[in-house]
Formats: sequence, C-alpha cells, structure tokens
Amino acid sequence: MALDQSFVGRTYPPTEPYEVGREKIREFAEAVGDANPVYTDPEAAKAYGHSDVIAPPTFVFAITFKAAGQVVEDPQLGLDYSRVVHGDQKFAYTRPVRAGDRLSVTSTIEAIKSMAGNDILDIRGEVHDEAGEHVVTAWTKLVARAADGE
Amino acid sequence: MTVSTKISYADVEVGTELPAQTFPVTRATLVRYAGASGDFNPIHWNEKFAKEVGLPDVIAHGMFTMAEAVRVVTDWTGDPGAVVEYGVRFTKPVVVPNDDKGAEIEVSAKVAAKLDDEAKTVRVDLTAMSAGQKVLGMSRAVVRLA
Repeated sequence: MALDQSFVGRTYPPTEPYEVGREKIREFAEAVGDANPVYTDPEAAKAYGHSDVIAPPTFVFAITFKAAGQVVEDPQLGLDYSRVVHGDQKFAYTRPVRAGDRLSVTSTIEAIKSMAGNDILDIRGEVHDEAGEHVVTAWTKLVARAADGE
Repeated sequence: MTVSTKISYADVEVGTELPAQTFPVTRATLVRYAGASGDFNPIHWNEKFAKEVGLPDVIAHGMFTMAEAVRVVTDWTGDPGAVVEYGVRFTKPVVVPNDDKGAEIEVSAKVAAKLDDEAKTVRVDLTAMSAGQKVLGMSRAVVRLA
C-alpha cells in the first residue's frame, strides 16, 4: 500500500543528546579496521587542528538512523520495516564529529515515492551539538519492497 | 602546530588516482561491526535468516562497505576531517561466505573534478567491487585539500 504523501515535510522533535565517547569511537574504528591515529590519539587529532579525537565519517549514522526510527516506526505512517532495505546514504559535514560532542538529531521526511509497488522514503537528519551549531546532515533513502503477491 | 592534509590542491588534477585498497570481510568482521554500530539485523550474521528472506547468504552491512570505501580517501588526506561530503548508493550486496576467507571489497578512486579554487575542494569518485560486481553506485566524496 502506498504511503501517505501528506507526511512529506513532516519534522519530528529533536532527539535527546547522544554523548560521543572516545572509547566508542575507538571501538568503531577498530571494527572497520582503521588504524588512523586521529580516531584514538588526542595528540594526533590536535596535530590536524581538532580539539579531541574525531570519529570516522560514517560513525554518525548509528545516531541518525536511531533517530530515523521515529519516522520508520511511526504507526501513522505505516511503513513495513521488515521489507525495508537501505537505498542511498549521504552526509554533508560542517565539521567532523568528535569525542565529547552531545549530538541531537532532528529528522524530516523529505520525500515519499511509490515505484513498481515499492515505497521509497527519503529522511533527512540534521545533527546539532549542544551549542546548537550544525555538525552534519545525513540523508537516508529507504526502500520498502513490494509485499509478495502485490 | 597545526598541520593540514597531506595532499595539496595544486598537486592534483582531474584524473589523479588515489592509492587503491582491498578490504577483507569475514563473518567475524560483520559480528564486530554489528556490535560497534548497533545494527543487529540478522541478515548480517544469520545464514538461515538471510536465505529465508531471499538472499544468497549472509551479506555485509551496507554501512560497513561505505565505511571501508571512504578509507581510500581518508588515508590519502591523512585528516578524515577533510571530507566535506560523502554519499553512496547501495547497488549490490557484499556476500560473505562462512569460511576463513570471507569476501573482499576492492576500492579505487580518482579525482573527478576540481570544484573550488578558493575552498580547495575536489570531488573524488569511488568504485567499490566485490566478487566482480559493483557494490556501490554514485559513490562520491567532496574533499578539502591543503
């Protein structure tokens, strides 16, 4: 069933702040096998002008995708999450995420399309720090594949 | 003292190739990534579940592939903070068999455009392959150089 177009433009309330920990960044960098010292050594990060260790570029997805759960699980929208695959992902950074950040995400439904029975949902997550400054915007395209027999 | 990225805007041209890299991915890699990222979707670790939903086998997290691909850029610049934009399309899954070898993701990249002489930004286009198939499409990063 096609999703309700009237949800386009809907913005959800900002999430409670997520505090970015040094050890969480280290864990993520190790999980992707990335030994760049700017992720683990504050001195190496400072050499590039960062005030503390920074996170790999895609680290913030865990935060924005959790925030997108408000949209995905909105019973009024009625998306069948069991059929959802990740279509596209994009980030635009004002600055890198770094340890100590307290990040809040505001999610907006940018577009809803229906193609060949698939529902396509574009969600934008604006990530701000505790001072209200923009850090990064994440765009996530989700595709809910047509149910069998449709 | 603050150092800037290793690569100078003046030294790159359209067509400049970044050093290519190959990233191994095994089932153990995926379990570890699931824990670090919080994405516990069973298609990334449970073969029975993956096959039930029509996949050939367990597949890697798309975001894992996206994280590996950009390493070609961040290893080139030294400073990952030089990445201004990064986007991909997930075109094919990276299928990860349950053996010691797993799969490989081969990533190459080149400078596709010099965008802004003032901001010293370039667009880098990436290609990510696994088992002979292109696993990312429209894979582009905008990077600020020195």
